[in-house]
Amino acid sequence: MHGRKREEDPNPEETAAKALELRSLQSQFMSNHHQKIYTKEAIQLSAKLLITNPEFYTAWNYRKLAFESRLDEDSDTSVVNSIIDEELGVVKNALERNIKSYGAWYHRKWVLSRKGHYYPSLENELQLLNDYQKQANQKQDDEKQDDPSRNFHAWNYRRFVVELTKTSKEDELQYTTDMISDISFTIYSAWHYRSVLVSSLVAKKADGFMPKETIRRELDYVHSAIFTLEEKQSGWFYYLWLLDQTVKMETPLRFSSWPSDGSIIILSGPDCFNASSSTTKLTTFCSESGSFPLILYFDQAVSGVSSSTVTIDSELKDLVWEPVSDKKNSQVDSCVWVARLKCDSREPCFSRKETKVKVSLGGIVSSMGCNLTAPYEFVFTLRIHDTLEGESSQQESIVSWTDDLDNWDDDALSNDLHSFIAFKADTGFEWRKKAIKIEIEHFRTLPDSKIGKLILARLLMAEETMIANGVHYKEILQLYNDLMALDSWHAQYYKDEHSVALIHKVTSRTESMSRHLFRYRSMNNIVCLRLNNLTLSRIAAVEKLLFVQMLDLSHNEFHSAEGLEAMQLLCCLNLSHNRIRSFSALNSLRHLKQLRVLDVSHNHICGELPVDTTRYLCSSPLSNSGETGREVPNKYQDAYLVLRDLMKLKQLDIRGNDLIFAGEEFSSFVRHVVPKLVWLDGHKHTS
Amino acid sequence: MIDIPPYPPLDPSNYDLIVVGTGVSESVLAAAASSSGSSILHLDPNPFYGSHFASLSLPDLTSFLHSNSVSPPPSPSSPPLPPSNNHDFISVDLVNRSLYSSVEISSFESEILEEHSRRFNVDLAGPRVVFCADESINLMLKSGANNYVEFKSIDASFVGDSNGELRNVPDSRAAIFKDKSLTLLEKNQLMKFFKLVQSHLASSTENDDSTTVKISEEDMECPFVDFLSKMRLPPKIKSIILYAIAMLDYDQDNTETCRHLLKTKEGIDRLALYITSMGRFPNALGALIYPIYGQGELPQAFCRRAAVKGCIYVLRMPITALLLDKETGGYKGVRLASGQEIFSQKLILDPCVTVGLESLSSLTDQQNETLSVLVPKSMINKEKIARGVCVIRGSVKANVSNALVVYPPKSLFPEQLTAIRVLQLGSGLAVCPADMHVLYLSTLCDNDDQGIKALLSAMSNLISLPVPENRQSDSVVENDTSETKPILLWRALYVQELVKGEFGGTISSMPSPDGNLNYNEIVESAVKLYEKLMGSEELFKEETSPAENTTEEENDGGVEIED
Repeated sequence: MHGRKREEDPNPEETAAKALELRSLQSQFMSNHHQKIYTKEAIQLSAKLLITNPEFYTAWNYRKLAFESRLDEDSDTSVVNSIIDEELGVVKNALERNIKSYGAWYHRKWVLSRKGHYYPSLENELQLLNDYQKQANQKQDDEKQDDPSRNFHAWNYRRFVVELTKTSKEDELQYTTDMISDISFTIYSAWHYRSVLVSSLVAKKADGFMPKETIRRELDYVHSAIFTLEEKQSGWFYYLWLLDQTVKMETPLRFSSWPSDGSIIILSGPDCFNASSSTTKLTTFCSESGSFPLILYFDQAVSGVSSSTVTIDSELKDLVWEPVSDKKNSQVDSCVWVARLKCDSREPCFSRKETKVKVSLGGIVSSMGCNLTAPYEFVFTLRIHDTLEGESSQQESIVSWTDDLDNWDDDALSNDLHSFIAFKADTGFEWRKKAIKIEIEHFRTLPDSKIGKLILARLLMAEETMIANGVHYKEILQLYNDLMALDSWHAQYYKDEHSVALIHKVTSRTESMSRHLFRYRSMNNIVCLRLNNLTLSRIAAVEKLLFVQMLDLSHNEFHSAEGLEAMQLLCCLNLSHNRIRSFSALNSLRHLKQLRVLDVSHNHICGELPVDTTRYLCSSPLSNSGETGREVPNKYQDAYLVLRDLMKLKQLDIRGNDLIFAGEEFSSFVRHVVPKLVWLDGHKHTS
Repeated sequence: MIDIPPYPPLDPSNYDLIVVGTGVSESVLAAAASSSGSSILHLDPNPFYGSHFASLSLPDLTSFLHSNSVSPPPSPSSPPLPPSNNHDFISVDLVNRSLYSSVEISSFESEILEEHSRRFNVDLAGPRVVFCADESINLMLKSGANNYVEFKSIDASFVGDSNGELRNVPDSRAAIFKDKSLTLLEKNQLMKFFKLVQSHLASSTENDDSTTVKISEEDMECPFVDFLSKMRLPPKIKSIILYAIAMLDYDQDNTETCRHLLKTKEGIDRLALYITSMGRFPNALGALIYPIYGQGELPQAFCRRAAVKGCIYVLRMPITALLLDKETGGYKGVRLASGQEIFSQKLILDPCVTVGLESLSSLTDQQNETLSVLVPKSMINKEKIARGVCVIRGSVKANVSNALVVYPPKSLFPEQLTAIRVLQLGSGLAVCPADMHVLYLSTLCDNDDQGIKALLSAMSNLISLPVPENRQSDSVVENDTSETKPILLWRALYVQELVKGEFGGTISSMPSPDGNLNYNEIVESAVKLYEKLMGSEELFKEETSPAENTTEEENDGGVEIED
């Protein structure tokens, strides 16, 4: 078991004799059990059996039955206590045989948790456990032996006894300190128990356990463990938990929105991209049928966004909020929520050219239990363009992505941009910034360590999100580059983190951001965000990119479109020359209802049904056939699931992939699924 | 002088080997040789076992030091006999060489000490402890001598500085974790270094795993101190490793005064000894253990092994002369103080025994060659060791009874050339009465003054030295501040010569107690001599029988050493 060598039986005859004896014990016991014999002799027999083989679960169950039947006969307290003592004795002996026997530990717990009895020697249990755990742990230095310190049974049981005896949390915290300092500072269970105790003490604001000093104290304590033996994981687990607490504890839930607070939205007709009359602004939105999305993005998943938690003051009707998720009900946890505002000119409010809309949020709590930060409301202005009611016409020209792009030169629009990416600082909680600063100083001294570099990179990122002065990004990117070289096993993870940092860097300032913004001339100078050729593998900072309608991510290393679903306004997306391997990796694009142009050429999409493990987590593969609804050839299944929801798609480029089924049949399938498609693989569809 | 009752003549009078002196090396050799079947007569001029390794009561220690210090009293018994020619032999008279100088013994509370004087077991060659993994333990296990000694562990070791602070030696991962004086980076560096050493050791013993990190051959040959610098260890940690774990004596950073610049190879060996010592025996807390009733128990244990195998013991029996063959000049035997003449093939002598210069001058070349190991050599740069013993009331560190303290070179005063080691032992080891401790100090030195000065400096750092009467009134305030320091009751200071052993064919000599903290080199020299005397015969071939290794029940934290 677990890589340990099985040792040659030194005395086979003796073993055989033992087995024989055990078998006869077992058969006697089974006959007792079947006939429900609970005499003293029978019970002793079961004890004997369990001490030889504590894993014989039936025998524990038999003892439970016997225990109940004996208690029924006699309810005198002293007798009950002696029966309990007897059971505990049997468990103790069984544990000497195997300290990790599930059945034995469970039996002990079962006996003591029986209702109506308070076992007077319960206090002894804790003392017993103290001696037992310490003694067991002292042997742990011999790494080859079965490590008794990894005995979570004993720790679990300890929590149970602590609950029963109402032992104070402070005492238990001291116990973990003793275990860690005197026995071994690499006991996972001790650190884990410590995290449970600390969070509960902080939660009830116990004396001397205010978040600020508790976290500082614990960080200083665990430093010794991780700096002494940086390759032992137990300390790191606790440290990471603490860091998480440092960043999250008392942190409010944040959100961003489109339209953003104070912005002026120009709602234009469906042809505004083709018209050349007016210059498109960052805030221009082309609406078909006169509706536009209202997007709320939360930094943690939330549920319960509805017309009762989000209210709109104008004369607009109540909104229907939907999560951007596969399931569409308000109980789903999601970071992105969308409602559609419909500008019906028959409504009195839209008869004016300009409307102020005030949105207020209240009572939204994240799945982590965080409350929303102030301001709880935002106001934007809606300016309706004359052409709103115009006829929608077919988009005829092809979006080329390469030509017709002009550099961003409009200073006037910088203000709009600034409002999107402006940093909303938390006030207060200075201790948190200070704590992170101290941690950064410590980890700068651990120069050669892989985990040290990773933690430093994370700490620097955390500090950036708190103070946002952009000074750390260079160092963070260098750290992840080092890590990729140092630890090729986890290179993809580091690459993803590198991408996240890079995008945060780009979006951190108006100046850096505007270098990536272009105007696309042939679509009425629509603003295009180009993040091409940056070795990106993952999107990030979407809370600042909600306004983006045209996005170029070509020539990167994306392997999935995950995360793009938050950018609900996207109408043109270029994912060509990336590393996407299947249609299912594009699954999140289904939620982009505005998408008209999609370029996924020159990837590695093969069209074969991939072994996609995430799918099995959600539902059985059989359920796909139900979802399909109509006749779709099985081999196009994945393509169908993505394309069927892209109702507005007019241009699709899928050339240069490893498709196993390219050709006319596939083209006609695509046209069938996406009826509005005009351009496929650069060819205009003529029907 | 105590009147020695006349001994009955010894029978037989012919042996394979006569060993004079019952120090550790002589006893190990006697046990080994008797175990391989040689007939041995083991003599000691003193009334106790152990010679220079003995543990004695305070009065016995005092008189031993005085009688073995400079200018020994001329042998009262007989005027030097001229080489007698009435036999077939020439007899050459022997004299005692004094090992000790600058002996100074002072008692500050004579009454209390006299009352308890017999409850002390004070080591002559302290401070000295046993590493759990050292050669002496292996030899005890192999010979079965472990059945006669019991050990207890040294609870803690410290590095001291001139401010009187004692800091724990972070020698294990738990100790590093708990240490409050190391910075996080230092903890990390120290642990990394230990792991490098461990991985190096693992790769050199198993040599199958290519992934383990090994220290390069080039590094192994360079000075250890340079290697530590190369590992980017800060000076504080370097000093801990060099002087408190590798137990070096000389300042490794000072090439002018350093007599022994340690190579990395040797340094790693020393660390390996320390590391493998930790956790070898279940009850030993750290790397170091000490025999209950004092280190005199160790030679005695080997003597008992030897006696079981037929070695004959006679104490209080000095030898007065060597008997040489008239014709060849070769060794024949010895004349005992009782006057009896005893013959043997070979002779091994305590380092104190030597030939008087006037006797030497009258010898032939051949005879001179036989006696070559006994001719005092004039050595340049004679190395000595200054030792100190203090009996104190209280402890140098609260809540710690048995502890080692190391003062690295230059830690107490700028001219301090060598490390000073201090060992405190308590009544738990049955070496002194309760509430007192015995403190042993030692440091290597070139001359007596230098050594004594260093020891006094370490003493004043640890304990409050008694103030001369006339100055007492001035220093009341001073006394208040140092109230927590232990009080000195008794003190002995002496400087011991370091004499090396020598193999001389028929007559060999054994080394004096060396300057090390452990017995490794002493035992090794005995083993080497054994191999030279006995050829390739294996040491303690069939000694360990399981019956002898009976485990006794836990006896108050005693360390049971077993295979």
